[in-house]
Amino acid sequence: MGKIVSLDNICLSFEGEQILNNINLDIFDKEFVTLLGPSGCGKTTTLRIIGGFLEPDLGDVIFDGKKMNNIPPHKRNINTVFQRYALFPHLNVYDNIAFGLRVKKLNEKEIKERVFEMLKLVNLVGFENRSVQRLSGGQQQRVAIARALINRPKVLLLDEPLGALDLKLRKEMQIELKKIQQSLEITFIYVTHDQEEALTMSDTVVVMNNGVIQQIGTPQDIYNEPVNAFVADFIGESNIIDGIMLKDCLVNIFGQEFECVDKGFSLNEEVDVVIRPEDIHIIPKDNARLFGTVETVTFKGVHYEMLVRSDNFNWLIHSTKAAEQGSVIGMDVDPFDIHIMKKTTE
Amino acid sequence: MNENTHTHRSLLQKLIAAPYIVWMIVFIIVPLAMVAYFAMTTADGVFTLENIKDVWQYANIFVRSIWLAAIATVICLVIAYPAAYILSRTSASAQSTLLMLVMLPMWMNFLLRTYAWMTILGNNGLINSFLGLFGIDSIKMLNTQGAVVLGMVYNYLPYMILPLYTVMMKIDKSVLEAAHDLGCNGAKTLFKVVMPLSIPGITSGITMVFVPAISTFIISRMLGGGSQLLIGDLIEMQFLGNSYNPNLGSAISLVLMVIVLIIMTVMNQFDAGDDKVLM
Repeated sequence: MGKIVSLDNICLSFEGEQILNNINLDIFDKEFVTLLGPSGCGKTTTLRIIGGFLEPDLGDVIFDGKKMNNIPPHKRNINTVFQRYALFPHLNVYDNIAFGLRVKKLNEKEIKERVFEMLKLVNLVGFENRSVQRLSGGQQQRVAIARALINRPKVLLLDEPLGALDLKLRKEMQIELKKIQQSLEITFIYVTHDQEEALTMSDTVVVMNNGVIQQIGTPQDIYNEPVNAFVADFIGESNIIDGIMLKDCLVNIFGQEFECVDKGFSLNEEVDVVIRPEDIHIIPKDNARLFGTVETVTFKGVHYEMLVRSDNFNWLIHSTKAAEQGSVIGMDVDPFDIHIMKKTTE
Repeated sequence: MNENTHTHRSLLQKLIAAPYIVWMIVFIIVPLAMVAYFAMTTADGVFTLENIKDVWQYANIFVRSIWLAAIATVICLVIAYPAAYILSRTSASAQSTLLMLVMLPMWMNFLLRTYAWMTILGNNGLINSFLGLFGIDSIKMLNTQGAVVLGMVYNYLPYMILPLYTVMMKIDKSVLEAAHDLGCNGAKTLFKVVMPLSIPGITSGITMVFVPAISTFIISRMLGGGSQLLIGDLIEMQFLGNSYNPNLGSAISLVLMVIVLIIMTVMNQFDAGDDKVLM
């Protein structure tokens, strides 16, 4: 797999505010890459720089080994699915999808073939003469995808394309998009703030915050081995506790010593301790080192979500067994479920 | 929207609407009925179609009015379209300044503005005096059709720019980005996306320029010097001038209204019709 898009030291500021700070990212051929982060983290800005809609202040955008900084969008072999679809309201479904090929002045016979190929791909055969304004959100989304893919781009950029759809439709489209990406063997660069979406679809997840890339890795890496408290908190729910590293593999949490598996911190270093809610076991309070009062119990389908108040921390616990509301419970964590992270200096 | 029209209107709504209905009856329906009445009666109040038949003898004036108003409208469109496009794409702060500049002439009285053109275009006016400095003979500019068209364009240009600007502001920026993304350069985006989406602005701009231009009488009087009589002048003469004949004047007004109505109906076909006609 060769590199297809590289961002090299990209910096961008707008009205004195640093939007992107030293972004370095390699995207490989046929890869599904997701830029994930809260709103305002710079993920859409990064996508717009790749698409050519924005120029970076500093740094290079390299496409297939060639520097692309000053190439306008219409000359890049990249297409975009926009956030709110941005379909042409004056054209019907067929003409929307055919738009890119008509600009390239292909003959109508070939255009027709390729439009129907696309309609089949996105399951919209029979809708070709519909006005795009009379389509549902999901259908408009499919038109937007077809309109971009018909140009056979090497890279498809998708800017929160499923944001406006309801949950069930969104899940269906996630699977469908992934299927399309695999069958066409195109690189997808996907922007979302939905961590579950990112984990479901991606080969590689790029977590961003405040214009800085926090972590690049597979969904499993990002979830199981977050590099800092921000990533841990953003990807799934977490309990993030202040701790002190006593020595290798021993951490002090709320005055209690816990074995863990992390090494390489300095003596008595203050650290963030991250514990996933599903990794906390409920045990009898008598021989527990951590305990608290169960504040709320919420049934979530697969598990119960419990909020447990102790003297200095509110714990979030996921468990298949519900504890009684108002009761005092003990809590325990296995050493390999305790994740120690360096404090991020901000 | 349709649901609202079907729901029962409350008494309050009727009361609030009442003043407008009264206004429309008193100031629109009644005068129109009076125009129609005068147009189809003699001075003694006897029904006749003679007045309407008499309008035919002024066909040349009708043709000239339509022709000059059409030229002025086209020139307005050609000037206003790029202006409105640029206006809609500049930053918000620059937009308000530029809009001010567009509106500024409208703050001055219509007559004054037109008088100003007389002193600019006249035989001893600003332009000819300037040319005289270089020994160039004065050019006759005032009292020509060109001067009348210039007056129309100058006075009605803002009415073309504003509806175009409004409609272009409403075009989603991401739609233009999509066009770029799909391979359009600036010009192609303009022709394939911006133009078709701004048709409503074009039609309302044309209406707002063409209708007042076709019925103007001040501009032709002042800049055309009476030699370029337009329908407006003709109607005015029947009511206030020497050839006092309100019945004929009403008939001319009625015919003009019908002509404008027909032209506008044809125009609106483009607006609502199939987009492919323009592709």
